[in-house]
Amino acid sequence: MEETLTRDAQTPARARPRGPRDPIGWARANLFDGWFNSLLTILIVALLVWIIPPFIRWAFTDAVLGHATPDECKAATGACWAVVTEKYRLILFGRYPFDEQWRPLFGIIALVGMALLSCDRRFWGWQLLVIWALGLGSFFVLMGGGVLGLSSVRTNLWGGLPLTLMLAFIGIAAAFPLAILLALGRRSKLPIISALSVGYIELIRGVPLITLLFMGSFMLPLFMPTGVDIDAILRAQVAIIMFAAAYLAEVVRGGLQALPKGQHEAAAALGLGYWQTQGLIILPQALKITIPPIVNTFIGLFKDTSLVAIVSLTDLVLATRQALGDPEWRQFFIEAYLFIMLIYWVFCFFMSKYSQHLERSLATDRRS
Amino acid sequence: MAHATANAEAAGRSDEIMVDLQRVNKWYGDFHVLKDVSLTVRRGERIVVCGPSGSGKSTLIRCINRLEEHQQGRIVVENIELTNDVKNIEMIRREVGMVFQSFNLFPHLTVLENCTLAPLWVRKMPQKEAAAIAMKFLERVRIPEQAQKYPGQLSGGQQQRVAIARSLCMMPQVMLFDEPTSALDPEMIKEVLDVMVELAHEGMTMICVTHEMGFAKSVADNVVFMDQGEIVEMAPPAEFFTNPRSDRTKAFLSQILAH
Repeated sequence: MEETLTRDAQTPARARPRGPRDPIGWARANLFDGWFNSLLTILIVALLVWIIPPFIRWAFTDAVLGHATPDECKAATGACWAVVTEKYRLILFGRYPFDEQWRPLFGIIALVGMALLSCDRRFWGWQLLVIWALGLGSFFVLMGGGVLGLSSVRTNLWGGLPLTLMLAFIGIAAAFPLAILLALGRRSKLPIISALSVGYIELIRGVPLITLLFMGSFMLPLFMPTGVDIDAILRAQVAIIMFAAAYLAEVVRGGLQALPKGQHEAAAALGLGYWQTQGLIILPQALKITIPPIVNTFIGLFKDTSLVAIVSLTDLVLATRQALGDPEWRQFFIEAYLFIMLIYWVFCFFMSKYSQHLERSLATDRRS
Repeated sequence: MAHATANAEAAGRSDEIMVDLQRVNKWYGDFHVLKDVSLTVRRGERIVVCGPSGSGKSTLIRCINRLEEHQQGRIVVENIELTNDVKNIEMIRREVGMVFQSFNLFPHLTVLENCTLAPLWVRKMPQKEAAAIAMKFLERVRIPEQAQKYPGQLSGGQQQRVAIARSLCMMPQVMLFDEPTSALDPEMIKEVLDVMVELAHEGMTMICVTHEMGFAKSVADNVVFMDQGEIVEMAPPAEFFTNPRSDRTKAFLSQILAH
């Protein structure tokens, strides 16, 4: 027999039941849930016990910190961080004149400050142009000199971290808008624009960055009229921008294609023109959903700047290698490379964290 | 006769032709979707377009604001002929509002921003004025309290009412509705239809593609029945529902009115 159910009064809401909160219950649920997971837990703990204590002993307990001679380092069983203390100015600033190295230091501060301010969404507008004009302006004045009583320093002496940051930040800032134009161009209904965009993207994306750097360094000067000399850093910078833009364009195109057709139609039905539709409706949504792959490309670009060493630009990696040219300290290359790894990691980890923050703060599709 | 004209004027109707389609033809590839379609809509007139799916009714109204391109025939909206001239297309789109089946609100903008976007950028209206107009229309569709929310936080019925308000903010002369209630849960259909009925009573020129026959009976001046890309029959609702002339119309009506 079927029963009918009628309820006149609303059933009061009950609190959702909680899982076990005590540590033993937690461990049982999360670490020892079945024999396979228990085995995995034990194996992983064993692996960590096997790796971590010796590393800590090497890196900290038995390490040589502060100032020390190479002989003291050789006598120790741990890491020789003295190589960093000894060589950090060569590593960070390359062959920049020693007495003027406060200038690249402030140059780094200018670039990092500019990048940090750009992360604040309140400045996303004309303020961004001002921030970048001031940041890059002070960077080039500090590095190059020749004005304000600063002695002139030729670009072939620029090196180390400021060079790496400059190549990366200008690379990102210039490649991004170029990539958006290429992505829009590839989807354009105008055949010439679309063909040019496709051609550019497929050509540049299909070759290694190193070959572009070589082309810029060795082949371009052959085609230039005599007397015209483009700065080596500028040539590398352009190659990085062109390369990153082609990659990024495909990422942006993925975002453009993910949007439903209805968004274009609604914008068109309201009378918005092409650029208004792209700028106000399509790009804000497409770029938002592609934040993870865009930042992925940015991080890749940041680290790819180390390839400029191949055309003799003294970026952070090449500066480190040159610093290790000193035979006294050469054998402590691991410590030196760990030091610059940490520098790369700090910047890349910040980008990663910032992208997660940005995704959360731009999320509008959740019910609140 | 004189009596009828007076009635028409009282409801905001006049003899001014708002939308005029003359022998419009359209193909998707080789598929002939619109076959010699002619339709004249006067100011204040309410047209309901119905027909089986694939009959070309959505395509027809999407041609009026050039979301679809027609290949033959003439479409004139507010005395502007639709050509490939982008200026003409944008001029017509400014005067023709459209409401979609799937709402198509801009999810990254708040309800208020959805409504002010086109007045700000297309009509170049000052921010304050655009916001005031948007609030006026959000009140008309009875959701002013949702102005600061994002579309994703609203129910389907609320979203569709925002979409109607967004269109009205451009002060269109003609409103196109493309199955506005088809994507809604049953309990939300009424709130959207109520807004549309109100709009009709205010004298808005409307062309609605819909399966809501109750709506057609109560507000339409003419019901258009389409099948296989052509207009089979067009008649006032009283005649259309009680005394359909074509067999295809009879078959269609018997199917949708059976339940």
